[in-house]
Amino acid sequence: MSVRATIISQVEQIAKEQKRAIAPLSDDLPLLESGLDSLCFAILVARLEDAVGVDPFAEAEGGGLPLTFGELVKFYENAVH
Amino acid sequence: MLSIETASLIDFIRRRDAPGADIANADRVIRPADFLTHTSLAGFRDDLAGRSVILATGDHLKTAAALIELDGLARRFVLCPPELDEERLRLVADIVEADAIVYDGDSGPPPLSLGISAPCRLPLEPSPPRRAERIASEWALLTSGTTGAPKLALHNLATLTSAFVGTTGDEAPNWATFYDIRRYGGLQIFLRAVVGGSALTLTSPHEALDDFLARLAGRSVERISGTPSHWRRVLMSGAGRNFQPPYVRLSGEISDAAVLTGLRKRFPDSRIGHAYASTEAGVAFEVTDERPGFPESYLGERNGVVMKLEDGSLRIKSPGSALTYIGRNAPPLRDEQGFVDTGDMVEIRGDRCHFVGRRGGVINVGGAKVHPEEVEAVINLHERVTMSLVRARANPITGALVIADVVLDRGAAKEDAIREDILASCRARLAPYKVPAMIRFVPKLATTVGGKLARSG
Repeated sequence: MSVRATIISQVEQIAKEQKRAIAPLSDDLPLLESGLDSLCFAILVARLEDAVGVDPFAEAEGGGLPLTFGELVKFYENAVH
Repeated sequence: MLSIETASLIDFIRRRDAPGADIANADRVIRPADFLTHTSLAGFRDDLAGRSVILATGDHLKTAAALIELDGLARRFVLCPPELDEERLRLVADIVEADAIVYDGDSGPPPLSLGISAPCRLPLEPSPPRRAERIASEWALLTSGTTGAPKLALHNLATLTSAFVGTTGDEAPNWATFYDIRRYGGLQIFLRAVVGGSALTLTSPHEALDDFLARLAGRSVERISGTPSHWRRVLMSGAGRNFQPPYVRLSGEISDAAVLTGLRKRFPDSRIGHAYASTEAGVAFEVTDERPGFPESYLGERNGVVMKLEDGSLRIKSPGSALTYIGRNAPPLRDEQGFVDTGDMVEIRGDRCHFVGRRGGVINVGGAKVHPEEVEAVINLHERVTMSLVRARANPITGALVIADVVLDRGAAKEDAIREDILASCRARLAPYKVPAMIRFVPKLATTVGGKLARSG
């Protein structure tokens, strides 16, 4: 599964678990408007660390954090490669 | 009638006519009455008079023997659990200003060299009666904290026996315990047996659970105590089916609904009680209605023990509380009103007080507090779950997340379905941030030497 597909499937799974309605996951969707709260993001980061083997948030130093869904995907793709 | 203020253990033993009751582990038996004419400290006993003694005997029975002999003889003694390494033993010796050590005389030299090194040996050897005048000895116990500098709580025979002296009448039930008698929970049972004249069955190192339970059945044990973790092992093992004691007691950890229900099924005819006690606060109460927590009406004064909640934690003032901590820079053990802060956090729901965890054990999820024990209590409700450990996983967004390691009973299949069941039950009962973000199934969970679930950090 691609990094993008993994992220989409995890987001959908977590939204279902947390009973959250999420916006369509387009690349320009601002993460703050995605419908996920900080707990959902925290769970997403932990599960992605297990699924793809990296936690780019733990390694990011200040600036450069993703603001949109597209940037989030890129953030993980860059970390994996 | 003996006064506990002035009596020592040997006085309680002497006043009885029948020498019957014994103390046994898998290898050996001792009789308290034999200490009137015999000793385990041959050649050294009288030299220990008035000393501050490190008690570092190997097994339970030698510890029992030494305690019977040292109470009323030594000025002070420290009950050292076997896992105490040399460095910490040295720190402890320093704190109590030890000038003597009692060690296992059958396994090499003493672990520490002090003024007097007295080997403790079994079987007992004949000896003349004690010459030294009896004094009120101080009993120093290590508190259960396992990290940092050792901390010792000071008791005497009166504080240690306050929960049962004068309340038991003449009955002498046959006791057993899973505990180590060098820790508060086990020491309580040891003292009940010696002071009350009952038989006592103790574990031996490396003894299999099946063998221990078979021995308990063989010795017709009537009352037995252990931690919920000890009891979960019994429930998991399916061992010792023919052991049906009239009374089963839990203490030392939170007794949740799952373990109480499990014990009720496993011991259909037994009385089941869970007790609250700690090395510092002493024994506070016992609950026999087989529900977790305790009635709110227990707050206030009851049987000489006063309890209150302050800043969410249980505070206890009791004649069974330790007298003081000892050591350099030791913090006060009681507040100005004489209450000990147990650090056990309590929540009132309905007319019931529920233990939710330790003050220091809180997981902080984005500023919201989670007690691992409250989540474990929900997970443990699942009928295929035998035990669980909830812990923090570091997280860059919320600082930490709640995750769970879960042990299923033998033969449990369909792990994914069970995981979904557990999560659904957690979501129905807990706030979202308390629901484990991940559940991992593990074959077993570690317990500490004290018989409690091992929690890191």
